[in-house]
Amino acid sequence: MNKMQKALAELAEMDELAAMRSPVHRLHPGAKLITTIVYIMITLSFGKYDLPGLVPMVLWPAMMFSLSGVRVRTCFYKLRIVLPLVMAVGLFNPFFDRQTMLTIGGIAVSGGVISMITLMLKGVFSLMASFLLMATTKIDSLCAALRKLHVPALLVSLLQLTYRYVGVMTEELAVMTDAYHLRAPGQKGIHISAWGSFLGQLLLRSMDRAQELYSSMILRGYHEHFHYADIDRFRGRDALYMLISVMFFVLLRYGNISQLVGGLVVR
Amino acid sequence: MIGFQNVDFSYEKDRKVLHDMSFGIGKGESVGLIGANGAGKSTIMKLMLGLLGPDSGRVLIDGIEVKKDTLSDIRAKLGFVLQNSDNQMFMPTVYEDMIFGPLNYGLPRDEADRRVDEVLGRLGLEYLKNRYNHKISGGEKRMAAIATILAMEPEAVLMDEPTSALDPYNRRIVINTIKSLDQTRLIASHDLDMILDTCDRVILISGGRIAADGPAEKILTDKELLEANRMELPFRFAGR
Repeated sequence: MNKMQKALAELAEMDELAAMRSPVHRLHPGAKLITTIVYIMITLSFGKYDLPGLVPMVLWPAMMFSLSGVRVRTCFYKLRIVLPLVMAVGLFNPFFDRQTMLTIGGIAVSGGVISMITLMLKGVFSLMASFLLMATTKIDSLCAALRKLHVPALLVSLLQLTYRYVGVMTEELAVMTDAYHLRAPGQKGIHISAWGSFLGQLLLRSMDRAQELYSSMILRGYHEHFHYADIDRFRGRDALYMLISVMFFVLLRYGNISQLVGGLVVR
Repeated sequence: MIGFQNVDFSYEKDRKVLHDMSFGIGKGESVGLIGANGAGKSTIMKLMLGLLGPDSGRVLIDGIEVKKDTLSDIRAKLGFVLQNSDNQMFMPTVYEDMIFGPLNYGLPRDEADRRVDEVLGRLGLEYLKNRYNHKISGGEKRMAAIATILAMEPEAVLMDEPTSALDPYNRRIVINTIKSLDQTRLIASHDLDMILDTCDRVILISGGRIAADGPAEKILTDKELLEANRMELPFRFAGR
């Protein structure tokens, strides 16, 4: 199995994760979507030096992972490409912000280091929350929820088709990569001289396949909008989930849990 | 059910793919469309489905001319099984793919569900219902692709190479399934043994023209006719 085929299998695994059964999977997709957005907004709202306040925000994804049965390891494995990019965001902060903020065991820690860690954690927590949403909600259900929230049909169809199109492109890429390596033994990756024609062919081939897929859709009555999954109606338990989650976020944001817990063990 | 009246078609100017083509297919008929590569078989099907438009002449489905404003009605009457099932099955599971068409044609979900179960039961594919498309075999995918079309209850089924790339066992399953259908069937294929098993009539296309049109048994045993049109006898008659 080449890298592309592995990527394809991983993409397909997301559908399988979303089809699992757990209390989190059973929640209304709209409730999960809104809660995730609120979580990300609150996570991002922490100040750049507010590391102690930010750290307890990990509790919510931790609880959700535990309740959904989705493994944390799976999350980090699937996000392995994006995580380093997110982690790199605040990498230069220590060079610009050298003012000492605290001293731990005689070692001075600058504001730049703290803001770097804060930025990294914000990114990681936001990615974890987004992953949880995708791993516990089918794309169709998510699109259905977006429509219920009055997001324009065109945008939602675009999201749905993009999700499917990534698979089509990856499939074509897998076939082409195999064909390339069978005639270029011992080569790592695709040689730079072949990039132009490789990408051109990939575009043409995936466009051909996309055209075929589209034909298959219109021949089965597709009229520019999907009949999304028949999602359950919004129930009391969904409202309760949203309410408790948002209250929990607000408590974490303004309650200074770290100080509270610290106060219990340190006088 | 299906009528071609003096149809001309070209992909490029001055390079006609179909020349003044006329034929008719009656309700319930099972017709094989054969011809060498590039003869125009797929083009004929695409013209019926309104994926292409003729340069001149008319294509009629159940008396309705295939035009932009009749496409919705036409496509509700025709089911098209693509050669590559991967291009047909674009939803995550077989069930979601099967229900896609009926929902688009306005069927309530419970009625669409009933249709899906009925078709899967008829084809003996109940076990595939909740399987992921990327995890089923090529043969299963081909059967599932046929099932997605049957769930729409079309009046005619068009199939492009339905047995290509199948092992003998799965090929036989597909043949038996095609034989069990009571809809009008038009099957484009190079698998002449399958055509002989499933079709009463054959239309032989060559260079964008009808080279022969008649009983399958007669055309598919005519070695001279087949060879003159870059075809060969079906394997079961090979050596005659």
